[in-house]
Amino acid sequence: MATTRRTMEVALSTPTLGPRGAVRQAPLAVGPKGEVLPPDLPLGEEPELGGDHMLINIGPQHPATHGVLRLVLELDGETVVRCIPHVGYLHCGFEKIGEYRQYNQIIPWTDREDYLNSMGNNISFALGAERLFGVEITPRCTVLRVIAMELSRIISHLVWLGTTAIDIGAFTPFLWTFQERETVYNLWEAWVGARLTTSATRIGGMAADLPAGWTDGLRAFLRSLPKTLDESDRMLTRNGIWVGRTIGLGALNAAEALDAGLSGPLLRASGVAYDVRKDVPYLDYETYDFDVAVGTRGDVYDRYLVRMEEMRQSVRILEQALARLPDGPVNVDDPRLILPPKHKATSEMESMIHHFKLVMEGPRPPIGEVYVPTESPKGEKGYYMVSDGTSKPVRWRIRPPAFVNLSAIPRMVEGHLLSDVIAINASIDIVMGEIDR
Amino acid sequence: MRDIPHRGGPVNPSAATLAARFPQGVLRHDVTWGDTTVYIRAESARAIITWLRDDAGERYDYLVDVTAVEHRDALRPLEMVWHLRSLPYRRFLRLKAELDPAGPLVVPSITAVYGSADWLEREVFDMFGIRFEGHPDLRRILMWESYAEGHPLRKDFPLRGRFSRAEQLSQSLAANPEARYSMEELSVADAFHELPEEMKRRILADRRTEGA
Repeated sequence: MATTRRTMEVALSTPTLGPRGAVRQAPLAVGPKGEVLPPDLPLGEEPELGGDHMLINIGPQHPATHGVLRLVLELDGETVVRCIPHVGYLHCGFEKIGEYRQYNQIIPWTDREDYLNSMGNNISFALGAERLFGVEITPRCTVLRVIAMELSRIISHLVWLGTTAIDIGAFTPFLWTFQERETVYNLWEAWVGARLTTSATRIGGMAADLPAGWTDGLRAFLRSLPKTLDESDRMLTRNGIWVGRTIGLGALNAAEALDAGLSGPLLRASGVAYDVRKDVPYLDYETYDFDVAVGTRGDVYDRYLVRMEEMRQSVRILEQALARLPDGPVNVDDPRLILPPKHKATSEMESMIHHFKLVMEGPRPPIGEVYVPTESPKGEKGYYMVSDGTSKPVRWRIRPPAFVNLSAIPRMVEGHLLSDVIAINASIDIVMGEIDR
Repeated sequence: MRDIPHRGGPVNPSAATLAARFPQGVLRHDVTWGDTTVYIRAESARAIITWLRDDAGERYDYLVDVTAVEHRDALRPLEMVWHLRSLPYRRFLRLKAELDPAGPLVVPSITAVYGSADWLEREVFDMFGIRFEGHPDLRRILMWESYAEGHPLRKDFPLRGRFSRAEQLSQSLAANPEARYSMEELSVADAFHELPEEMKRRILADRRTEGA
């Protein structure tokens, strides 16, 4: 903006010392004719600083957008007037590729969409596919999957907490949460051999049973995690900077949140007690004793509190799951789905043929379609699968919670300041792998 | 999850009330793996979904998903799918409308009923080419605006894309990054009308150099 006469005068009238050394009060504003106005000028009469709106582009390669999200913001001064999000930079065509893969071959793709919750995605997909096949999983497998789902909810929320704290200016919780997350990744590695892309499930079971001593590692984690949560809680919950930078930001009331299709912690922070684990129970969640955290204001602060409480509730669920973990087989006893043991496949003719057919042709579900929702850390994640009786789905649709949550970002940020956009965007907990798929 | 039959089983009570309320718009229903699917006429979709949301006995206040299905069998119609959930009554309902793949693929938009339909419908348009009548901003969402290969989730779209690798590479090298801003955004910045004519043409055609 070019320097006008008025701004020049304001610049010249900086505080100076009077003849006796006292600070002279600087005029705060000048009128249209250049006259100095008294400092107690009502806001409405302040001279117009020009109605030019500015266009700001954030991303797609910006560390605070948590991935390749691009936000185009129209600013009036520092206030966001309009926000136009652009997604799709990470689009890989997962749903298209799935139409060319057998059901078990899709599981590695589910790791890679919401990669902070890869174990949870594996299980969501397997649950959907098992209903499509009409398979009933074993009791041990059910409890193992509950353990895996709640652990991956915890690590996803831990990453969210650490990165959001960094976005808002607190570095320390990031180190604490990532340390805890490492423990879970060590547990993953001991269980299935991979840390991030677990591919842990198979249709009808899991890739592996727990190794010896694994539950001791989980118990140790369940002892250390509440301490870390308490430390972060003490660091943030009553911290003046944290509260000031989160309260009242991006608030949506219950009706707005439902209209925007929010799910997961965002919807619950707005006061709607919808949790798939309670409303559409799967994996016997109705038999576990846990509470659903619900907020009232629906702002960034409430979303933080809801996620903190969810981690504590997950610890409760994990303790109950550990207590009831039954012995027995992990995989269903169904040769149409489960590969024969390796030593049999290499020594017996029938098992080898059977192995060959399962790998080359793949199991075939009956004609039908399913939509099975699960509660992922981001919200309601469901897989909609349509089968035409062949070994590959006709349509494999991911219901991406972060995609729908992100679509509400314009109504969350409009009217807030540019620096608050970062906090609001962080509170949505987006993973672009899931949004763009 | 226990004992869910492949076909049949308990029917969502909304299927019967819908059939009574909209005798013209509702065609039939079936139950697969526990979920009730109601087949409707595409042109009555908005009226039916609005009624489902507002009626005191239904209250489908949560739009779960909007998507489409194209079958491998080319004779079968394209299916438009809406997944609705009633949080107060804990019901889940699948609505389907069959579209003739040869005819115009047009469905009424439900963005006025559920705000969340905005991006979901844009994705269906992007991936299947189904147009939503009354959508305020029907642009591609996952693919870029000037993507010329068609709609990727259609069955006639090959897995590797329509264009050859060489063609895809040369197109992406020639693409103009400024063209990623929509005209609307450039008009906000007051920048577009100040550009030289030649540059405007290039941006509109998504080209970096003239005649590429």
